[in-house]
Amino acid sequence: MDWGDSTEQAAFRAQVQQFIRERLPEHYRNSEGADSVEETAGWQADRKSDDPVVRAAAKDWADALAEHGWIAPAWPKQYGGAGLSYMEQFIFNAEMAQANAPAVGGMGVSMMGPTLIVHGTEEQRQEHLPRILSGEVAWAQGYSEPGSGSDLASLQTRAVRDGDEWVVNGQKIWTSGAHFADWLFALVRSDPDAPKHRGISFMMIDLKTPGLSLRPIIDMAGKHPFNETFFEDVRVPAKNMVGEENRGWYVGMTLLDFERSGVGLAIQYRRGLYDQLEEMKGKSQPFVRPDLGAVRLEFADRAIEAEILYNFALRIVSMNSRGIVPNYEASVNKMYGSELHQRVARTGTKAWGLYGQVWDPKSAYSPMGSTHVQDYVVSVPHTIFSGSNEIQRNVIATRGLGLPRG
Amino acid sequence: MDLGLTETQELLKNAAREFLENECSETLVREMEEDERGYSPALWQQMAEQGWQGLLIPEAYGGAGFDFMDLTILLEEMGRALVPGPFMPTVLGGAVPIIAAGTEAQKQQYLPKIASGESIFTLALTEPSARFDESGIETRAEVSGTSVTLTGTKLFIADAQVADFMVVAGRSAQGVTLAIVPTRQPGVHVTPLTTIASDKQCEVVLDGAQGELLGADGAGWEILRGVIRRYTVAECAYLVGLAQMDFEITVDYAKERVQFGRPIGSFQAIQHKCADMVTDVDGCRFITYKAAWALATDQPDAEAALAVHMAKAWTSEASRRVVAHGQQIHGGIGYTRDYKIQLFFRRQKRGELAFGDADYHREIVAQRIGL
Repeated sequence: MDWGDSTEQAAFRAQVQQFIRERLPEHYRNSEGADSVEETAGWQADRKSDDPVVRAAAKDWADALAEHGWIAPAWPKQYGGAGLSYMEQFIFNAEMAQANAPAVGGMGVSMMGPTLIVHGTEEQRQEHLPRILSGEVAWAQGYSEPGSGSDLASLQTRAVRDGDEWVVNGQKIWTSGAHFADWLFALVRSDPDAPKHRGISFMMIDLKTPGLSLRPIIDMAGKHPFNETFFEDVRVPAKNMVGEENRGWYVGMTLLDFERSGVGLAIQYRRGLYDQLEEMKGKSQPFVRPDLGAVRLEFADRAIEAEILYNFALRIVSMNSRGIVPNYEASVNKMYGSELHQRVARTGTKAWGLYGQVWDPKSAYSPMGSTHVQDYVVSVPHTIFSGSNEIQRNVIATRGLGLPRG
Repeated sequence: MDLGLTETQELLKNAAREFLENECSETLVREMEEDERGYSPALWQQMAEQGWQGLLIPEAYGGAGFDFMDLTILLEEMGRALVPGPFMPTVLGGAVPIIAAGTEAQKQQYLPKIASGESIFTLALTEPSARFDESGIETRAEVSGTSVTLTGTKLFIADAQVADFMVVAGRSAQGVTLAIVPTRQPGVHVTPLTTIASDKQCEVVLDGAQGELLGADGAGWEILRGVIRRYTVAECAYLVGLAQMDFEITVDYAKERVQFGRPIGSFQAIQHKCADMVTDVDGCRFITYKAAWALATDQPDAEAALAVHMAKAWTSEASRRVVAHGQQIHGGIGYTRDYKIQLFFRRQKRGELAFGDADYHREIVAQRIGL
C-alpha cells in the first residue's frame, strides 16, 4: 500500500499542475463559491453564455486542454483522447478538482463518446467523436422518465420503425443541461412485448428535430439544471441507433472502461472544508457563530470523512490499475460521497450561525459568497440522482455481499 | 499510489489467516476468558515460530526485519481471530521502544528474547488519572546512573500478570523517563481487573520498584510519542480485523436465518444495515493503513500525527457501529453467551477505548486542523 506518488506519477502531477497554472483562464480562477453552484451546467453553459468574457474563457480552456488530448483524457489516442492510464486519469482529475478547474465536454466525453467507441459503427464515430472533442457539440442524457426513476428499465418512451426512420413519442425527465446541449442520447422502447430489459434501444437524437421540445424544471435552489423533454412524432434516422435494436439497455449500461473513482468530488469537499477553515480564521471572522463549541468537532469529523472518501476513490483506481473490475465498491463511493456532501454543507452552514441562511452571495452579510447555504440545498438531490442511495445500498447488499434479492 | 497489498504482504496475510483459523479457535478464545494467565503459552510459542513477535525486530537481533505496514497486516488478522494475550503489549510496548531508544546492550539482551517468545513485555503508561498525554505521568522515577527506582500506581496495564518486563513511564526531575522493569520483584504488585472484554488489564502498584533506564533521563515522552502512535495504529488494525469478522459472521447469518418464509437478508432493512457495515469496515481499513503507511515511510511529523489521530477517531466509532449492527441483525440469539458474535461486541469496546476513543482523537484532529 502506498499513498505516495511514484516518480512517474509525481512528474505527471507536476505537468498537470503547471498546465493549469499557465493555461486556466482568469475567469475560472479564484471564482467565488457561488459560481460553482452552477456546476450541473458548468462549462457547457459557459460556451453559450451571453457574456463574451465567459464564452472566450470556455473556448480558450477547451482549446488548451485539446492540445494535450485532455478534453477526453480517458479515450484511446486513436479516437483523439489522451489514452491516459487509470492512475494518470486519477491524478488529472484530482488536480483539476484541486484547482477548481472545470472539466470540458460533459456527457459527450463521459458517456456518448465512450459508448460509440465500444458500440458505434465507424461512420457514427467519425460523425460524432471529432465534434465532441472540439467542444462543438454538447450532449445530454435522456434516460429517466416520470414513471421510471430507480426502476429505469420500465421506461415507456416509444419508438416505432417507419422505413429508414424511427418515430419517437413520449417524455423524458431530469434531462440535465439539455438547454445547453445540441444532441441527446436516449433509451427508448422499441419492442413493448419483449421482457422489459430486452425491448429497449439506444438512440442519438438531434435536439433540433421537429416535434422535440424542452420545458425547464426549476429546482428548489431556484436554478435551472434540468428539463422535461417531450417527443411528438420525432423522426430519428435509423442510422442513429447505437448497437443492435432492442439491445439498448446493455449499450446504455456498458461499464465504460475509465476512471470513475469520484476522486474529483473527494478533493472538492476536502478543499472546500479547508478553504472554510482558513476563511474562519481571517476576514470573515464576524460571521463565525460565537458558540462554535460543537461545530469544531463536526469539522474534525468532516475532515476525517473526506479522507475516508479519498481512500475509497483511491481504492477504486487501485483495483482498476490491477485489472480488477470494481463491484460494490463503486456504489460505496456514490453513497458515501453524496452523504458526505450533505454533511459538509450542513457543517459549513452551521459554522456561520444566523448568517448561514443568507442566500444572496452579493449581500454584505454573506459568508463566503453564500456557498455553504447554497450547497446545503444543492446537495439534496445528490443522494437521489444516479441511482438513489437506497438503490446503492441494495446493490451493495445483493451484488456485493451476495444477500438474496427481496 | 496503490491500495493493494504487495506479494509479500499477501503471503503474510494468507499465512496468518490459515494459521490462526487452525490454532486460535473460538474455543481457545473462550477458554482464555476464564484463564488466569489470559493467554495460551503453546499458541504464544507457535506464533514466535512463525516469526510474529520478532516481525518488526531487525534480523541482527533475531527478528524478521519487516516494517510497520507488515505488522499492521498481521494485526488485522489477529483481530479477526480475536487472538488473546500479550502480543501487542510485547511488540508495541516492549520491542518498539527498545528498538527506538535502547542501548546496543539492551537491544542484544531483550530483542532476541522477544523474538523467540521467551520474554513477555508490557507498557505501563496510564495511571488512575486515565490520561494519555504527558501530564498523566505522575509515577515518581528516581534516576541514579542507569538504574531507576519507581513509585506510583499504573492502571489499565495490559497483561501485566504474565509480563516478564514492563516499560514503565515515570517522572524524574528531568521529566518523563522510561525504565525497563522486571515484573517479578518485591516492589511490583499486580492485580488484574475484570473488564468488558474479559481481557487482562491490571492495576500495577510500584513500591520502590527497580528498573534500568531506557533512553535518556527526561527523554521518555519523546520516545513514547512514537510508541503511542504505533500502538494506536496497532489497536486500529486489530479493530479492523475484528469488525471485518463480525460483519462476515453477520452477513452469513442474514443469508441463513429464515423468517416469514425467506432469509432475513432479503429484507431491505437488513440489507441496508449490511451495506453500512461493509462501508464502515472498509473505511476503517484504509484510514488505518494510511496511518500505518505514514509511520512506516516516515512521512512529515504533522502529517503522520494527523493520520494517526484520524484513524483512531474514525475506527473507534465505525467499528462500534459495525458490532452494534451485528448484534441487531442477529436478534435474540446474538445476546446469548454461547453464540460467538458477542465475543466481538465486548472486545470492540476495549479497542475503542485503548489509547483514546473517538472523542479524544477528534478533539486533537480539531486542534491540528486549526480549530
